[in-house]
Amino acid sequence: MLERVQSERTQGDRTMIDIRDVTRSYGSFKALDNASLAIHEGEFFSLLGPSGCGKTTLLRMIAGFDTPTSGSIAVDGQPMDGIPANRRPTNMVFQSYAIFPHLNVEQNVAYGLKRLRLDAGEEKRRVEEALAQVSLTGLGKRRATELSGGQRQRVALARALVMRPKVLLLDEPLSALDKKLREQMQVELRRLQQAVGITFVLVTHDQYEALAMSDRIAVMFGGRIAQVASPKEIYQRPVNRQVADFLGGMNFVKAEIVEENGASLVLDTLGFGRVKTDKPKAFVRNGGNATLGIRPERLRVLWDNATAKFEVAGKVVERHYFGEITHLIVEIPGLEKPLSVTETNDFGADDIPVGTSIRLAYDPEALVAMAD
Amino acid sequence: MTAIKRFLPGWLPTYAGLYIVFLYLPVIFLPIFSINIAATPKFPLSGATLQWYEDLPRTPALIDATWNSLMVGVSASILSTVLGILAARSITRYRYPGRRTINGLIMAPLVLPEVIVAISMLLVMLQLGLSLSLFTVVLGHVLVCIPYSMTVLTSGFEGFDRSLEEASADLGESAFGTFRRVTLPMVAPAIISSLLVCFTISLDEFIIAFFLTGTEATLPIYIWGQLRFAAKLPGVLALGTLLLLASFVLMTVAEILRRRAARRTQSEGGLYA
Repeated sequence: MLERVQSERTQGDRTMIDIRDVTRSYGSFKALDNASLAIHEGEFFSLLGPSGCGKTTLLRMIAGFDTPTSGSIAVDGQPMDGIPANRRPTNMVFQSYAIFPHLNVEQNVAYGLKRLRLDAGEEKRRVEEALAQVSLTGLGKRRATELSGGQRQRVALARALVMRPKVLLLDEPLSALDKKLREQMQVELRRLQQAVGITFVLVTHDQYEALAMSDRIAVMFGGRIAQVASPKEIYQRPVNRQVADFLGGMNFVKAEIVEENGASLVLDTLGFGRVKTDKPKAFVRNGGNATLGIRPERLRVLWDNATAKFEVAGKVVERHYFGEITHLIVEIPGLEKPLSVTETNDFGADDIPVGTSIRLAYDPEALVAMAD
Repeated sequence: MTAIKRFLPGWLPTYAGLYIVFLYLPVIFLPIFSINIAATPKFPLSGATLQWYEDLPRTPALIDATWNSLMVGVSASILSTVLGILAARSITRYRYPGRRTINGLIMAPLVLPEVIVAISMLLVMLQLGLSLSLFTVVLGHVLVCIPYSMTVLTSGFEGFDRSLEEASADLGESAFGTFRRVTLPMVAPAIISSLLVCFTISLDEFIIAFFLTGTEATLPIYIWGQLRFAAKLPGVLALGTLLLLASFVLMTVAEILRRRAARRTQSEGGLYA
């Protein structure tokens, strides 16, 4: 058993879902605009974006509930054009979970198996196995209406996994759960995906969820895919301000391009002075200016006489306390917008009085150049 | 103000009691006098008997009328439920301009004066060249039943999570299989409830049946005919009691089913999430 699971975990670069130039129009509105994407076998892939960005539309087209206006989708090398949802090698966990209320847990999980006409023992074994995978062993006879939100979600997962799909699609599966349960399920979902080795495609608008669970993320805005990369790269090297902003707080500083070559950029900024940074792959200059970004937690308060190779000086104008961290708003001479700084509270950042002059250290590696 | 506050709590139960008596006293008289030995409905009662009930099955005209009523009731309830399903599905599932207006127009016969509806229908039937028969009664009953059928079915269909049908398809089930394994079991209680409600309404309906029937009498028409003979009154009372009982049972079952259907479709998440 273990052997089989492991042999399936060939998370390589073999393409499992091939999305080519897919557009979905509703009249003149394009829910999805010329999207292309290759999702690898065995990977946990997230479609991340605000509501209305086209992520759910794309997921529903993979499942077969929606049809591309143009372009094509292939799953495991097989074109999906004209193939209805019930004959696709994909299964879905719905946002509402869509648990059949007139059936009990076991009957819900066995729903899809009934059509396969397995012998009774085999069917029962697979249902038990699926229930065990989602830690619902023993709840098979429970009525669907007697389940908690978290249990309903597990039933939805088991019902899809029992079909042994090539791809498991998850439409905002955690959005209905409270914060604590959501965080617990994030860990469990990731663990489950690693164990079964099935390609997971998750739709979410929660950046932390996507960062915590995914191998790769596609960030989408207005029907277009803005960036596809690993969580770390998406967070640290966003291709533009929109992506940077969506993935959490980011300070933006105006910059002037002094020099540009294949691999690096030299930028002049007020506040940070002249900066040399890596040129992002997707960087296309738009005139002579660019934007330099730095995450609030990459700025560190320098205490007393401590010095750093790279530092900026300013004055604290606001202080917000968040328990384990403090948020400082620091005005830097020359910058039109003050910088946001996130500092852990172990050195007393929560005691810095508003009005104090402070110095901030930064690593030039943390500076990201973005096209304007 | 305070005087009213002090006065009301004492008298509200009395008021409520009188209210219920006003509503149900006439109904209580029916079964009471139907087991009275004397043929005249007067107190004091002269003794209890089931003789009037025993006489009922020995009246051929009554058997005919019962049979007619059953045929009309079954046909009308099936027809109006089928039409109601289509309309309720469209109203609850799709969003389109004029949806509310259409809903209003379907519900309107509920408040139209029945005698006017009956006369209008009579005119239409005659214009169409249809000869009056039980068939025309069925058509008339469908018209008055649809609003009730709609009410029951909409409450059963409302909140039917569309993703349930999608989930079924996603799990490999065909369109017909999805209908059979998901849609039908979920809405079946509402459909049966609608059938029972429509049957009950058709069974009890008098005015439209009176105008639209030819020579064949339904139960209410039979009862109305019997009222001219004082001696037949106890039989009418016995029959009325049975009808009342049947209506009560049917409506109760229908309401239980309607609630079950509504609970099924609307329990998604909500309460237990």
